[in-house]
Amino acid sequence: MVNTVHVIHPVNDLWAKRLVHRQQSDFQKVWDVLDDVKDPEIPVISIWELGILCDVTRENDEFIISITPTYSGCPAMETIEADTLSALSEAGLGKARVRVQLAPVWTTDLLSPEARQKFKDYGIAPPDQSACGSCNLTPESGITCPRCGSKETQRISEFGSTACKALFQCQQCLEPFDYFKHF
Amino acid sequence: MNPMQNRDNKELQSAIQGYAIRLGDDSIVLGHRLSEWTSYGPFLEEDIAMSNVALDYMGRARMYYGYAAELDADDKTEDDFAFLRDEREYKNLLINELPRGDFAYSTVRQLLVDVFNSLYLPELMKSQDKTLAAIAGKAVKETQYHLRRSRDWTLRLGDGTEESHQRMQKAIDALWGYAPEMFEPDEVELQLIAAGIAVDSSLFKEQWREQVAAILSEATLTCPEDSWAVRGGRIGYHTENLGHMLTEMQFLHRSNPGCKW
Repeated sequence: MVNTVHVIHPVNDLWAKRLVHRQQSDFQKVWDVLDDVKDPEIPVISIWELGILCDVTRENDEFIISITPTYSGCPAMETIEADTLSALSEAGLGKARVRVQLAPVWTTDLLSPEARQKFKDYGIAPPDQSACGSCNLTPESGITCPRCGSKETQRISEFGSTACKALFQCQQCLEPFDYFKHF
Repeated sequence: MNPMQNRDNKELQSAIQGYAIRLGDDSIVLGHRLSEWTSYGPFLEEDIAMSNVALDYMGRARMYYGYAAELDADDKTEDDFAFLRDEREYKNLLINELPRGDFAYSTVRQLLVDVFNSLYLPELMKSQDKTLAAIAGKAVKETQYHLRRSRDWTLRLGDGTEESHQRMQKAIDALWGYAPEMFEPDEVELQLIAAGIAVDSSLFKEQWREQVAAILSEATLTCPEDSWAVRGGRIGYHTENLGHMLTEMQFLHRSNPGCKW
């Protein structure tokens, strides 16, 4: 029997700041509607949980939704923009526009604690900084298998099905799995 | 604002636009060359890795061109820069446009460029221009991953079989003379360096050489002598290869103007 150790990830500063910012916003309804907008590549994670939804503001008679790309070439940005606008329009919230911002730069520290659990449930190992070592890049082994919980895993490729993921294989259950890179 | 200041600002803005375009040119040309490996990689994981790196470069090109479009007086778009300019208007460094060659050649090119970018981008992050600094801030982390990969492959192939070693050495010898151009800022860049906007790459030429030489030595490869150099990309003088590449890259857009999918 494999003993699974449940690691509670400390709530980091960046995430806590985002949460406070959202809670203090005047546009709670808009944030709530945007909770339904999911990442097209990982449809169980919302753009809020992924940390790419940065801000909701109002200019004149329209809402400005600020989002930021994960990686420079993220091909999902246009879909996310369209999904965002259609969610707001369906909710009858009036005019809205999406603005892409590059700074502050996206990092996996912006992920919500719920996102980490959802990644696991979906079969993706969440980012694990403790396994990265001093170089802070993807390690060759030691990423916890999201299926069986074993740490006996091996990196197969630094670059997986999308830019944000690397490919691993578990030596215990032999299943390959995606690892969402610490970035 | 007095008219003199206004004119100076316009000149500066136009220089920044030119700088953003050339950085975009470097990215799109190398990104396209890397994308040529898609479905031709030596094995599946490597195929995906090449395509991933290509995508990072395409993303950079879009950010740089997007910024150039924002600065444009005639409302040009990123597509105008990518698809409607001829080779003489492209200002990329020549090393990026050379045909992909064999896997050793593409690996060595990536190594030389990745080490360069790992020194260049942290400097660009300090730019007085907030947008260029933000683009560099995104790209710099990707480059850490790129460099680790090209370094690993250099060690593996250089210190591999007789065949892989020989191909790697041949690639280094063929590419070496394209490196000096990376460290020679021209007038556009000198003006922007003075304004704290552009990066002065001449300052880290030695550091680049030391880092590359150390990796080559570990890979049992020989660092070439500086016996030749080719330059001209930044003023639009290219090898014959860029024209062929652009023909393929721009064909769809030019035959179906404004097409979208």
